[in-house]
Formats: sequence, C-alpha cells, structure tokens
Amino acid sequence: MNDSNPLFALAIQFLAISIFAVGGANVVLPEIHRQVVDVAGWMNDVQFAQTFAIAQAAPGPNMLVVTLIGWHVAGIWGAIVATLAMTGPTCVIAYVVGGIWHRFRAARWRRVVQGALVPLTIGLILASGLILAEGAARSYPTAAYTLLTVAVLLFTRLSPLWMLAGGAVLGAAGLI
Amino acid sequence: MIDSSPSDAPLSPPPGLAQLFVGFLSVTVIAFGGVLPIARRALVDRYRWISPDEFTELIGLAQFLPGPNIVNLAIVVGGRFRGPAGAVAAFLGLVLAPAVGVVLASIAFSHYADVRAISDMLAGLAAAAAGLVIAMGLRMGEPMLRRPRVHSIVVALAAFIAIAVLGLSLPVVMLTLGPVSVGLSWWAERRAG
Repeated sequence: MNDSNPLFALAIQFLAISIFAVGGANVVLPEIHRQVVDVAGWMNDVQFAQTFAIAQAAPGPNMLVVTLIGWHVAGIWGAIVATLAMTGPTCVIAYVVGGIWHRFRAARWRRVVQGALVPLTIGLILASGLILAEGAARSYPTAAYTLLTVAVLLFTRLSPLWMLAGGAVLGAAGLI
Repeated sequence: MIDSSPSDAPLSPPPGLAQLFVGFLSVTVIAFGGVLPIARRALVDRYRWISPDEFTELIGLAQFLPGPNIVNLAIVVGGRFRGPAGAVAAFLGLVLAPAVGVVLASIAFSHYADVRAISDMLAGLAAAAAGLVIAMGLRMGEPMLRRPRVHSIVVALAAFIAIAVLGLSLPVVMLTLGPVSVGLSWWAERRAG
C-alpha cells in the first residue's frame, strides 16, 4: 500500500479479505499475513505470530487478530476501522440472507440445501479442530490433554471453563 | 450425548435487545480460543433460544456466508428475534468487550513477553481450546449417526479429509463438495417423497 493514510489502507485491505472469509477468520489468516507482513510491511513475522497468539488466547472471536493489527498500525482509530471493515459489509449480507433463510424454512429447496450444508459443516469443524490440535500439541502430554478435554466435554456436564483453566494452570506449571 | 438437550425441549420466549446484548456478552467473555463451542452451550442449553438442530443449521449458514462465523451467527440470531436493532445488540455484545480486552492484553503482553510461564500457560490453553472444537464437532455429528444417512456421513468425512489430511484450500473443497452434497441431498429428499 503506497497510500499515505494507513486508516484508508486498513479499511480497503480488510474489506477485501472479509469477502473471502468463507468458513471463518482462520481461513483467511494466510492471506492476512501476506498483506500485513509482505505487502504492507506493517509488522514482521515475529510480531504477527505474537499478535495472533494473543488474539487466540484472549476471550472473544478469533477475528480480533484484525483489531490488534489495526491497533498496531494506527492506534485506537486503526483498531476501530479494521474491526468494522472486517465485519461491517459481511454483517449486512448475513442479515439479509439470514432473513431469507428463515422465511423459506418450509420450502423444499431449503431442506435440500440444508441437508447438504450440515454434513459439510460438521466435516469442516472437525477438520479445524484437528488442525488446532496439531498446532497446540507441542508434546505428548499437551496432545493427551486435548483428548482428555474432548472426552470430558462429551461425557460429563462439566463446564468447558474448567478444562481451559486446567490447561492454563498445567501449562504454566510446565506439566503439559 | 449425556448433557445435550433433547430436540423437543421447549424453547424460551424470544429474547429482547438487552437480553441479546447480555447473552452474547456472557458468551464472549468466557470464550477462550474460539466462541462457537461456548455459544452452542449458551444459546441451546442455557438460554434455550434456539433448538440443537437450528443451531447446527445456523452454523452451516454462518460458515458459508463471508465474514467471521460467530459474528454472522450473532447477526442472524439477533436479527431473527429483534430485526436490525437485535442484530446490532448481539454484535456489540459479542465484539465490544473482547476488542477492548484484547488490546489491553496486547499492551500487557508486550511488558511480560519474556516470562516463560506466560507462554507455557498459553500453550496449555491452546490444547484445551482445540479439544473444545473437536468435542463440538462430534456432538453436532451425533444426530447424523443416530439417524444414519450414508451420503451425509460420506460428505462429512470427505470434507474432513480434504481439509485436515490433504490440506486443500477451502474454496476448492467447497466448489467441489458443495455441488456434490447438494445433489446427494436433493436425491435423498426425492427418495423420501
């Protein structure tokens, strides 16, 4: 980006990227990395990796990595512009399509499309779960903790917060 | 499985604007490493705003719309109950507090970047977060196994393998498996009458 106003550049880049974020923010992460590190030169590789780790570890949607990039580039206004560019237009699309989707809930074509989407969704969620687990598994004990979490959540009523807190404590203690 | 609520459990009355804001806020402030699993527990099991089947269906819709999934889900849920104002309330509940929090965390982290225990803690957190996502996927897939439809299982497995094992890009997977899945679903629908 050779534009002198970084807010404008942030807005254009994240607007364009948000349109391709079909399947979630993590899908476009390689593209965000390319734009932010290679094209715009706003961050180096290490800064980008750290920014992503913070966004993942902090509570809230994964797309907040975009907020942090905006913050890094142009402070508070950068954070606001980047967040709104990433979510604004796609929110309008979601609102319109969501309404149509509900209005035609009894229609046959919707049952067909829905029957097609559900198995794809489940496959994609399990795939991102595996990819996340591979990224998180720095040792056998961390991988085992992921499996333990799956089992506990499937077969008990324990709140997932306990498993997250347990992971944080065991991690900080160097046990996993 | 044990604690998933039955599909025929009665739903709560439609939430108001404040309830939507607080509901999504309560989801997002405890959602470490991904909001969807927490959102499912809250919207389906705790608040009972939508049924388990509706949730799976809305996630499918949110995933195939452009933009972050969970944001799309909040917009669709808020909009369904309270129109544009509901969508805005749900969005603000979901995004506002975590956006402030993540900026503060980033400022704090830059002060303690060298502390080993902090990065170890993040690693443990990430391991649990991955387990959350897998458990959610398995729970969403459970009805598919209970009323088995072979083509659904084949499509789910194919999508999983294409992304997780073969590492294909999402657009490629969707442009090929999408039409195949629609065709199979259309065929199943016709056979069912």
